[in-house]
Amino acid sequence: MSTPTRIAPEAPARPAGPVRAQRRLPRFAPLGLFLAGVALGFALSALSGFSIPTAVVYGVLLGTLAVYVASRAVEGRRKATDRLVTSLVTTAFGIAMVPLLSLVWTVLDNGLPRFDAAFFTNSMYRVVGEGGGAYHAILGTLVITALATAISVPIGLMTAIYLVEYASGRLKKSITFFVDVMTGIPSIVAGLFAFALFTLLFGGGVRLGVMGAVALSVLMIPVVVRSCEEVLKLVPNELREASYALGVPKWRTVVKVVLPTAIAGLGTGITLAVARVVGETAPLLVTVGLITGTNLNPFDGRMATLPVFAFYQLTQPGTATQAFLDRAWTAALVLIILVMALNVVARLISRFFAPKTGR
Amino acid sequence: MTATKAPSEPMRQPAVRRPGDRIFAGSAKASGIFILLVLAGVAAFLIGEAIPALTAPAEEIPGGEGLAAYIGPLVLGTLLGAVLALLVATPLAVGIALYVTYYAPRRIAAAMGYVIDLLAAIPSVVYGFWGLAVLAPALRPFHSWAADTLGFIPFFAGPASTTGRTMFTVGLVLAVMILPIISAISREVFTQAPALHREAALALGATRWEMIRMAVLPYGKSGVIAGAMLGLGRALGETMAVAIVLSGGAGATLTLISNSNPSTIASNIALRFPEATGIDVNTLIASGLVLFVITLGVNMLARWVVNRRADFSGAN
Repeated sequence: MSTPTRIAPEAPARPAGPVRAQRRLPRFAPLGLFLAGVALGFALSALSGFSIPTAVVYGVLLGTLAVYVASRAVEGRRKATDRLVTSLVTTAFGIAMVPLLSLVWTVLDNGLPRFDAAFFTNSMYRVVGEGGGAYHAILGTLVITALATAISVPIGLMTAIYLVEYASGRLKKSITFFVDVMTGIPSIVAGLFAFALFTLLFGGGVRLGVMGAVALSVLMIPVVVRSCEEVLKLVPNELREASYALGVPKWRTVVKVVLPTAIAGLGTGITLAVARVVGETAPLLVTVGLITGTNLNPFDGRMATLPVFAFYQLTQPGTATQAFLDRAWTAALVLIILVMALNVVARLISRFFAPKTGR
Repeated sequence: MTATKAPSEPMRQPAVRRPGDRIFAGSAKASGIFILLVLAGVAAFLIGEAIPALTAPAEEIPGGEGLAAYIGPLVLGTLLGAVLALLVATPLAVGIALYVTYYAPRRIAAAMGYVIDLLAAIPSVVYGFWGLAVLAPALRPFHSWAADTLGFIPFFAGPASTTGRTMFTVGLVLAVMILPIISAISREVFTQAPALHREAALALGATRWEMIRMAVLPYGKSGVIAGAMLGLGRALGETMAVAIVLSGGAGATLTLISNSNPSTIASNIALRFPEATGIDVNTLIASGLVLFVITLGVNMLARWVVNRRADFSGAN
């Protein structure tokens, strides 16, 4: 760099002081270079027999390389590394989009052919080939999920209330810790637990809808506890104190002040918990089994559920293979729609029931 | 949070303890304790049903060589698939988390995070469908290429599978499934990186990447590790995707790309249990117990890492 004494004679030529670090690529140059690299990659792929995967891989590699080299030449090493990381990170996001889009597309493509009224109104009773539907499985899933929700929500919500409003010390710590650990129980282990429990109670080989509900509850309770706990923590303490100051007992404060304030968050959390278990297959596979007819009584024998139905339609197709595959994919499509609908409902709940603030 | 003193020390104040209060507090506490009992019950009932298999003579266990010889290869398969998934998913998830927190345009970043979370909402059986119908056929060329070129590495020893329904494909499916878990937790810790550290780095002339390397990654490291371990726990216990995609043998081999892969504990249970009777049921439950212990260990370790971080992050 030039020193002040040497600047004097050269001053007119270089007015702005040290400019070495100021060289930058023009604003849209990185994008342009990247696209040029991508185009080159596509051309390269076309030379060796065009296929979309190789074209994209070559394109992204060459595009990234082009940006890096240009930046390295113009802007220097540090800036070039920064641009390289930007490309890598963006690519990571792009890679994650591939399975999502591919999955949604595949399920739509294969599932839509049988996405008709018969699928929702017929069961598989006495169906060996084409036709038939998942009426029995959809209803079974709804019954078992509703039962699991009826078991999980009271226990989960009361535990969350205990953790936020009452608990302290070692019991609180251990409950929090083991609830966290419970969220990691493999779903098949939950199924085996329900099986072992009911085997001890009713003898071997028993298959009941309620067993599935118990298994799902083991998976659902920790999720309900966690989300409800987070929401209840957000209720401002001033509300509780105002209520106590008016002489309201603690339990009525919780029921009449804390819960109504948090109702939006509680609804969202519970709906998401339902969404988490509604697609569970493994625990139902080992506890509820599958039948072809409609059984809506969870205390009487096997039931059909949508995920298990989909699994067996895919893995044990009868003689009319295509009909079974079509039903399997449509069942998968209905499952995805069910889960997505629950997610949307959860968002709507949090939007419409949110407490009015800022008055 | 609590407006009262700790209930562990009994309150001797003249204020009335209403019966409603006592009932409500009691039932809340009972629910909390009930959850602990359920967790203990899971262990107890699994052990209870596994005991017949533990005490049975070796010849009666499927395979005829005893329980350890039956479960051993399954444990190997379970670890193989889960570790592969972890190796693939962790760098990707960290990249995604960085993209969503620091690179994506502000206005759509939240929506992008939501899209990644959607990956977690898709039921595992649907992932199995996708792996079988799309990923396995798509990876067939890679399998034969890997067997030819990388065959000297034990993991890629041939002969390559012709269907693509191998441990390698399973590992990739599992990687997609645990991606949202790891990236959600990484995202959370990355956003919590102290703003002052970040701004100081930028003010000293750091580029965005240098700022992330100096201020964000050191802060978020333990969060990423914990997220990866939670993802590992999920991958270890994943059932349906593996059961549908993998066409496994029984041998205890390390190869990822041939038909002689060992199966995993969870998928073996899912495939065998519905038709199992007698001692087979107990054997499968014993293998489930092993899985339970493994995942419990991994999850407890992960939670311990998370909680340790929560303790000292307040100082920042």
